[in-house]
Amino acid sequence: MISAYSWVVPLLVVLPLIGAGLTLAAAGRTAIQRAVSLTVLGAMLVAAAVLLVAADRIGPQVMLVGGWLPWEGVVLVVDRLAALMVIVSTTVTMAVLGYSIGQGQSSFDDESDGHSPLPVFHPSILVLAAGVTTTFISGDLFHLYVGFEMLLAASFVLLTLGGTPERVRAGTTYVLVSLLSSMIFLVSIGLVYASTGTVNLALLSQRLGDIDPGTVGLLHLLLLIGFAVKAAVFPMSGWLPDSYPTAPAPVTAVFAGLLTKVGIYAIIRTQTLLFPHSRFDDLLLWAALLTMIFGILGAIAQDDIKRMLSYTLVSHIGFMLFGIAVGSTAGLAAAIFYTLHHILVQTTLFLVTGLVERVGGSTDTARLGDLARISPIVGVLFFIPAMNLAGIPPFSGFLGKVGLVQAGVAEGGWLPLTVVGASVLTSLLTLYAVARVWGRAFWSENPEGITGQGPLRGGHHEALGLGVLVPTIAIVVVGVGITLAAGPLYDVTTRAAVDLALREPYVVAVLQGGMP
Amino acid sequence: MSPNLTLLLVACTLIGTGVYLFLSRSLVRALMGFLLMGNGINLLFIVGSGPAGQPPIVGHSEGVMADPVPQALVLTAIVITLGMTAFVLALAHRSRQLDGLDLVRDDAESRRILELAETDNLGSVPTARETAEAIQAEGARTESRFHEEVAPPPPEEHEKGVGR
Repeated sequence: MISAYSWVVPLLVVLPLIGAGLTLAAAGRTAIQRAVSLTVLGAMLVAAAVLLVAADRIGPQVMLVGGWLPWEGVVLVVDRLAALMVIVSTTVTMAVLGYSIGQGQSSFDDESDGHSPLPVFHPSILVLAAGVTTTFISGDLFHLYVGFEMLLAASFVLLTLGGTPERVRAGTTYVLVSLLSSMIFLVSIGLVYASTGTVNLALLSQRLGDIDPGTVGLLHLLLLIGFAVKAAVFPMSGWLPDSYPTAPAPVTAVFAGLLTKVGIYAIIRTQTLLFPHSRFDDLLLWAALLTMIFGILGAIAQDDIKRMLSYTLVSHIGFMLFGIAVGSTAGLAAAIFYTLHHILVQTTLFLVTGLVERVGGSTDTARLGDLARISPIVGVLFFIPAMNLAGIPPFSGFLGKVGLVQAGVAEGGWLPLTVVGASVLTSLLTLYAVARVWGRAFWSENPEGITGQGPLRGGHHEALGLGVLVPTIAIVVVGVGITLAAGPLYDVTTRAAVDLALREPYVVAVLQGGMP
Repeated sequence: MSPNLTLLLVACTLIGTGVYLFLSRSLVRALMGFLLMGNGINLLFIVGSGPAGQPPIVGHSEGVMADPVPQALVLTAIVITLGMTAFVLALAHRSRQLDGLDLVRDDAESRRILELAETDNLGSVPTARETAEAIQAEGARTESRFHEEVAPPPPEEHEKGVGR
């Protein structure tokens, strides 16, 4: 629907891109870069909040870029789901940016903020934000692909910051896997266009019903594979724990929060709009089951906190996939809520791991110990999101999981019930994995005399400054805040899920009654 | 509409060859594979867009126009491929600078964890077998001390044994 708020929609992409240009032009002037980045992200947050209210009250907000007819040009659509995703992703990006700014002059091996010979951190993270937002608000498949490529190009740069051997190795794996998944996605777009004559999502939802079911199945499977690689769904998840942990703490944090969720978002969108009640729902349930179990078993085996968290990230993708595969309104609502929760909690945990590294000089639990006494604040900051991740009541992780379990039980049948059982088991094993880190890093004896001052680098110690503590505390508070605001938030995600299941509001808002 | 078989075969060959090259451990070969795949897919878009026609410029063509949308999509895809190629080339160059090779290497930490798993080693926590062996060793030690008291071995022989 085109309303007074439509002009706000493109700001979500235009603002970060302009910001990226400005920060690149201001290379070397760290203060200007920081001011521009924070202002841009703040403005995006406001715009997204306005759009959420508008989408919730009036209906999906549509912008026809260049004034073309919806099926001829690029359409930007913000419905409740897109607005929620943009708000949470921008919040997370802001916290991460704050953290990297707060690292300041003490981060000598961490070139994330102004210490690289080529100060590309701020432009890259703004392009990343633009790419993520583009995928959330794009109304056609090809534009979705462009958004993916934007965020991938930025993530390539961020992952290989500094070009150290370890990061180049990890970056190679990540780059090749990402390129392959993009190719699969591009093939499927080509086939979609060849068989339907359009890439507009709303029009596709109308036309896919008219073509041969076998062809639809092929298109569906190709799209699913492309998105599943991005979302790190088992068995396409092996790349993630290999490539994420080597990057600087803020970069890993923002990747863990956003990149896989973009894949999940694409699956939610295509699954509800293009292929409702498809024949692959059972396949998705199996994928969810295996992702949960294999991910968490991998997490238990790890000694390194970052790697453990990467595996829990894979594992919990299974929860979101479960909600999508169940496909009922309750399942979708829970999946969306869980996605929002997981973006926040996973980013928070990676940021706190960055703090652990600053205090203890390592993220290897074999070399850490006694952190709860040395730095109680890091202990508290780790404990809250860790319990949230494991799904301990009353945190939002618990609420999301209860929603998923209820949806699964309401669905009935042996396969959904098996996945429900697996999800409960996975929650317990997640608790075990984080408790193991807690026991070894925070409660065990101090193996190598950690002083709490961090390792000696460049003549002085890395201590915990307010610059890194404040953003971390802020995002922990936001994570707890989601728990407190869970009632209204769950209502919004339920309304979003109802609209997704109906399909009608989205299609009518985009096509506005017309059809080619 | 019947698609152009020649173009389709060319696209398939490009994509197939590309996938084969992409599976190589050499980063530059994988890049070549990526480029071939990209070109093959672009061709696939053109095949899918229907029969050839006049240039899609309004007012400048008579008769049936070619479908302009796939051309726009292909153009965008080519630009994106160019950007990605530039990055992968830089990455391959950096990789070669660092260790003289541009091969994709395995993850060392993954391999370490796998070795631990194969030897049934739980890291710093002693395994059940290690605990059992420690108890057995402790038992043997105390027992041998008890035996020493009863019948101490001849010291000369013991020292000889050590010397040998």
